[in-house]
Amino acid sequence: MADRQLTMTAEVDLAIRRHGEETYPHECCGALVGRDSVVSACVPLPNTTEEGPRRRFLVRPSDYRDAERQTAALGGELLGFYHSHPDHPARPSQYDLDHAWPTFAYVIVSVVATNDLARRSAEQEGGAKAADMTVWYLEDDRSSFEEGTLNHAENSHPDAAPAVHG
Amino acid sequence: MPKILIPTPLRPYTDKQDAIDVAGATVGELLADLTRRHGGLKAHLYNEQGKLRSFVNIYVNDEDIRYLQHEQTPVHSGDTVSIIPSVAGGVETTTAADGHSVRLQADRYDGPLPELTNDEIKRYSRHLIMPEVGMEGQRKLKAASVLCIGAGGLGSPVAMYLAAAGVGRLGLVDFDVVDFSNLQRQILHGTPDVGRSKLASAKDRLNALNPEVQIDTYETALSSQNALKLFEPYDVIVDGTDNFPTRYLVNDACVLLGKPNAYGSIFRFEGQASVFGVKDGPCYRCLYPEPPPPGLVPSCAEGGVLGVLPGIIGVIQATETIKLILEVGEPLIGRFLIFDALRMKFRELKLRKDPDCPVCGTHPTVKQLIDYDQFCGVAPAAPEPAVADNATEITAVELKRRLDRGDTLKIVDVREPNEYQINRIPGSVLIPLGDVPRRYNELNPEEELVMQCKSGARSARAADFLRSVGFKKVRNLKGGILGWIDQVDPSQPKY
Repeated sequence: MADRQLTMTAEVDLAIRRHGEETYPHECCGALVGRDSVVSACVPLPNTTEEGPRRRFLVRPSDYRDAERQTAALGGELLGFYHSHPDHPARPSQYDLDHAWPTFAYVIVSVVATNDLARRSAEQEGGAKAADMTVWYLEDDRSSFEEGTLNHAENSHPDAAPAVHG
Repeated sequence: MPKILIPTPLRPYTDKQDAIDVAGATVGELLADLTRRHGGLKAHLYNEQGKLRSFVNIYVNDEDIRYLQHEQTPVHSGDTVSIIPSVAGGVETTTAADGHSVRLQADRYDGPLPELTNDEIKRYSRHLIMPEVGMEGQRKLKAASVLCIGAGGLGSPVAMYLAAAGVGRLGLVDFDVVDFSNLQRQILHGTPDVGRSKLASAKDRLNALNPEVQIDTYETALSSQNALKLFEPYDVIVDGTDNFPTRYLVNDACVLLGKPNAYGSIFRFEGQASVFGVKDGPCYRCLYPEPPPPGLVPSCAEGGVLGVLPGIIGVIQATETIKLILEVGEPLIGRFLIFDALRMKFRELKLRKDPDCPVCGTHPTVKQLIDYDQFCGVAPAAPEPAVADNATEITAVELKRRLDRGDTLKIVDVREPNEYQINRIPGSVLIPLGDVPRRYNELNPEEELVMQCKSGARSARAADFLRSVGFKKVRNLKGGILGWIDQVDPSQPKY
């Protein structure tokens, strides 16, 4: 499965970043809905981990079912899930690998603290900013993740595009 | 025949079918039949030990089989069995990626964090309900170890709050004895502790505060010989020292070992705090490459300190220590905090790592601990000579004898006016040390002068100055007014 591609609209890209910034320093998570590897909507889900949301996320079965239901209502397929890595790079961890499902696209967004006080007050922003975003797929033998290519939909907002790979 | 519903991610392994009819009387039998028909599913449903993976949930109708009879749960015709994913993940916890976090000591942190007992959960409940601490953070605190240099003004609030917060192991280094003059600020110690070793007093106090914390005491003066060995087992070092040689020693040892140094210092109404010694962050020497000339910066014993000031600065050091352990917030790394109690203002200076820093720069010249007394121009405390040097010094007993004999001697007290109000030698005149260069012409160079201060250090400098401007008969009162009170006039108060 060489070079798998995932395309998302600028709205989805922005919504995922916002979600990660809002929940910082905790991890956020949600479902990716669309068709034919194009994400047209994301569904934020509660992080129900009991191991500390700064380092873990968990979508419990009832919320998963809910996501499937919402996906059907939106007329799409469940393409995968996104989650944030607060203050850590946008690369899957061993824990991600151990808990991964095949086929799904795993989008990871790195969210970092804005240490620069001056910049923070100037922008009137919260304490964190979304940085890199990547997409990963589990190899069939569960041995590792393969990084896919994250694209923007043709009609996406011109300002958002450079941020995706930045 | 019962049906198994297949979730989206597994459908590529079932020829895209979302529901499959399978045979069997229990959940286990159905799943065995399913994986026999669709072999690709097995690796994703079961782990290497043949157990269902933790994130695979099997429901019979609307019940999780974990609450039924697990894989032995019976299934009847018409039941619907669903495979429902839990989706989980998270960041690496074995490596600290942000560089600012503390690497907790391997022997304590390897494997799972220590569990909390029910008593501990009760004790730390106000921590546990905050998401930034929580169970995980409290267990990190329990796994952590902090070494506090000094059990005095700064060490008191640092050790007490860290013990109260549940830091698992607290080390204390000190060699002093509790004195009455400590009690105005060193709240680890009480009036009944006067005369006891500070460490014994501190240990009692901290044990009473939180018996869950392991207190390790080191009754020794920190030195270049023992510092690295003492620091080695600790995660964070808290600098509560009151002198420059030890401050540079703590800084250099922390940089050499790569351990964070929660720094604080206090004088009169002002305090400073920062976090040094962290990789990529500046150290004390990036700020002050050279110590001040000896005598230029007075110590708290000479200049005084507001009693609450170590409370404020020490609590900042304890806060930074806890933040480093919890890996939360913005540490005082590269930031130098200055507190002014009179104006009640905090100022913050940006500190940059100096690439030319002799300890933490790109080409360090200090690669091991040096002689810090020599570096700071301080002579190591030599044993007191039993007899005064007659040419330059006079003892309190001799001074008393000369005064009783009616000799004409002028006693010049070079302390500050507020010290002069506490106690004085009858007949002395007050010329504070700072005024001596302006006012020495009030003194007669032909007259025999005895210079005096609290313990003899300031007056020795005043005597040296007077000799340099031509005074011949100048002697320094050995031991200062404290010596006078001890040996001649015990009725006066000491401070």
